[in-house]
Amino acid sequence: MTQSIADRAWARYTGRERWARLGIFAVMALAVSWSLASINIIWPWVWDAPAQISDLAGRMMPPDFSSINAIMWALIETLNIATIATFISIFVSLPVAYISAQNTTPNRATLWLGRFILVSSRSVNTLIWALLFVAIFGPGVLAGIIAIMFRSLGFLGKLLGEAIEEIDRRPVEALEATGASRAKVILYAIVPQVVPTFFAVSILRWDINLRESTVLGLVGAGGIGVILQGSIDTLDWRTVATILLAIIGLVVVGEAIAAWLRKKVI
Amino acid sequence: MSGQSSLPRGWRKPHFIANPLLRWGLIAATIIYLVWVAYTLPFNWERIGQGMTRAARIFSGAIPPSFARHELMIDGFLESMQIAILSTLLGLVLSIPIAFMAARNIAAKPIYLLGRSLIILARSFHPVIVAIIFVKAVGFGPVAGILTLTIYSIGFVAKMLAERIEEIDWGQVEALRSTGTRFFTVLQFAVLPQIMPRQIGLSMYQLDSNLRASAVVGIVGAGGIGSTLMNAFGRYDYDFALAITIVIIAVILVSEAISGRIRRAIW
Repeated sequence: MTQSIADRAWARYTGRERWARLGIFAVMALAVSWSLASINIIWPWVWDAPAQISDLAGRMMPPDFSSINAIMWALIETLNIATIATFISIFVSLPVAYISAQNTTPNRATLWLGRFILVSSRSVNTLIWALLFVAIFGPGVLAGIIAIMFRSLGFLGKLLGEAIEEIDRRPVEALEATGASRAKVILYAIVPQVVPTFFAVSILRWDINLRESTVLGLVGAGGIGVILQGSIDTLDWRTVATILLAIIGLVVVGEAIAAWLRKKVI
Repeated sequence: MSGQSSLPRGWRKPHFIANPLLRWGLIAATIIYLVWVAYTLPFNWERIGQGMTRAARIFSGAIPPSFARHELMIDGFLESMQIAILSTLLGLVLSIPIAFMAARNIAAKPIYLLGRSLIILARSFHPVIVAIIFVKAVGFGPVAGILTLTIYSIGFVAKMLAERIEEIDWGQVEALRSTGTRFFTVLQFAVLPQIMPRQIGLSMYQLDSNLRASAVVGIVGAGGIGSTLMNAFGRYDYDFALAITIVIIAVILVSEAISGRIRRAIW
């Protein structure tokens, strides 16, 4: 005699699902308790943190606008670092995207070369690149520009390469059937299909670079971070507050410009 | 034969910007901007000229990478992982109420505005700037890192989650409301189940993202492997710094692969 349907109890999960969920929760609990138990934290500092933070906030009030001229120039410098670095890295990333896309790369060796460039560029953060280039070229804007270029190259190349891999094959075949040269196939069959992505990705990266260039100065690579670090080191908290406000302004304006460009171009 | 002369034989690709005035204007503006930037940016050419010899010195010092002090490196990585785990947990817990506050279809207007401004505030600063402020406020070490990455997580997770809440199927909410259920019970049984898959995906992504970021905020003193890297670099131990960088890259690639695989399994 089979059990009637009415007698079956409803359960949200099967037995296996329940055990799997239990296992996942156990792993999470273990990870958290391991972290809490072994992390090198001085607990009195933690309990003191809210008081310290509000004390710091109190010392930032009211913001001191006396060095606003220098801050404005640093903002323009930051903007220029981000723009120039994005501009150059767009051009450098084009050939890298071409060789790292599976359907356009000349052979396997170039494919792996392209992928190696993209991975090594993307997995090192801008700030770590900046550390290296500050050691090479000395503190200043050049180290910042090159650091941002090195990081952007991987981002732009990866997304453009993916766009090239997703193109419609037919225009390429049509042009190849007429005996067009490789350069003409690229120019008339591939480029028109990736132009929208190209602009979208470039604008997105410019926006990201603007944010990143505000912190380059903390390792000495130019921009507004340099005077931010200087003001923090001299405990000039009211000027720090002004600089932070200026950075918010720059980021908001940059986001607005990026949104406007996106609507205009794409 | 008369049509031949009026139609040109060749075909030219239409220009990307049709208006010639605008096209040449933009090109000219770009060139002027580039020249202006090249003149105004303070390049220190004398110091840059020494770049190649410096680079040669750094790389000859860095190769081969030295793993001799691997205990320091392992400690740094374990600390980075602890920072990432704790800040992800804190960030996720805090981001759920903020996301509910910042969803237009759930929250009343003043609460919505408050939630949105919290998210904007959390997102407006680069984590490194937040870290440097917290290092000054609570001292060097992992506490500053955890606080920084918690804010960083809130900025991203709460924003994405709020967008997901605004897209939910409203029928389930109406069904529960029509039975006279209390507001928080509606959230628990009609909204939370719909956003849970996204929240789990986001938490995997954020754990990976926090591990990456903890390598960076350490550079300004917020603990983890970044601090180890910065110390090695500051003491000109370029071979140790290179070893750390290589391991950071490897860890990031592995964690990206794991997090990507889990997210694909969930979605």
